[in-house]
Amino acid sequence: MWIYEKKLQFPAWVEGCDLKIAKLMFAQYGGPDSELSAGLRYLTQRFNMPIPEAKAIVTDIGTEELAHWEIIGTLIYKIIDRATPAELEKAGLGPHYIQHGHDLYPHDAAGVPWTAAYIQAIEDPIANLHEDLAAEQKARVTYEHLIKSTDDRGVKETLSFLREREVVHFQRFGEALRLVQEHLDKKRV
Amino acid sequence: MKIERERLELLKEIMAIDFSLLELNLYLDTHPYDQRALALHNGYVNKSKMLKEVYEEKYDLLTHKHVSDCPWEWIKNPWPWEIDYEMGGK
Ligand SMILES: [Fe+2]
Repeated sequence: MWIYEKKLQFPAWVEGCDLKIAKLMFAQYGGPDSELSAGLRYLTQRFNMPIPEAKAIVTDIGTEELAHWEIIGTLIYKIIDRATPAELEKAGLGPHYIQHGHDLYPHDAAGVPWTAAYIQAIEDPIANLHEDLAAEQKARVTYEHLIKSTDDRGVKETLSFLREREVVHFQRFGEALRLVQEHLDKKRV
Repeated sequence: MKIERERLELLKEIMAIDFSLLELNLYLDTHPYDQRALALHNGYVNKSKMLKEVYEEKYDLLTHKHVSDCPWEWIKNPWPWEIDYEMGGK
């Protein structure tokens, strides 16, 4: 089960009101390689992982992704909170305002709603873990694109933290893949 | 929402220690026999517990699992996304 802790994983802060980056950051809130996709993908893949190390890593990284989803949500919320409808419109968030007001919604940077079709679980742990490795790389690149797209120091710092986490996750999934591979090889002998 | 300096510092310290704990958690998942990482992890567990006790006594609950006075203390503002972390990252 999960229990909520009344704190963020990282002190997400914003310096100004870069509404353009708020719109773009929806990529990581509800896009294909978003934190939401990552969290649900790993937590869904847990059930048939063959070794305790792999069950643990998908559970724990999946849980951390939900904390990242909260951080991205916090960044967007802090930026759009005080924006007027006209300002949102100017930044390309007009349609978002009409449909969601100042709430968040899991859609991507272009407004396309999140779908489970972004993620897969196909029983084979080698296939699943390879998807996870690719997902971490895609999320890392998305963060790099976002970091290049703003001058807001708070947003940059917070996104850099999230980018580094993708690198660590990639490392841990790689180790899990190796352990699973060894386990399967042993079984075959 | 601004919170007082002293509270923010303590909260950020707790966040930092819990982050170290999480990082060690992930590492230990795939290196369960690493004694050095285990020792580090166990040290942070105690540190985190200690600081949380201080924070929850002085400022606000971090989880609902506490005996509460009336009114129910858990719902108190601010919630994490509302706090102004300023130059948060260190
Ligand atoms: Fe990740």
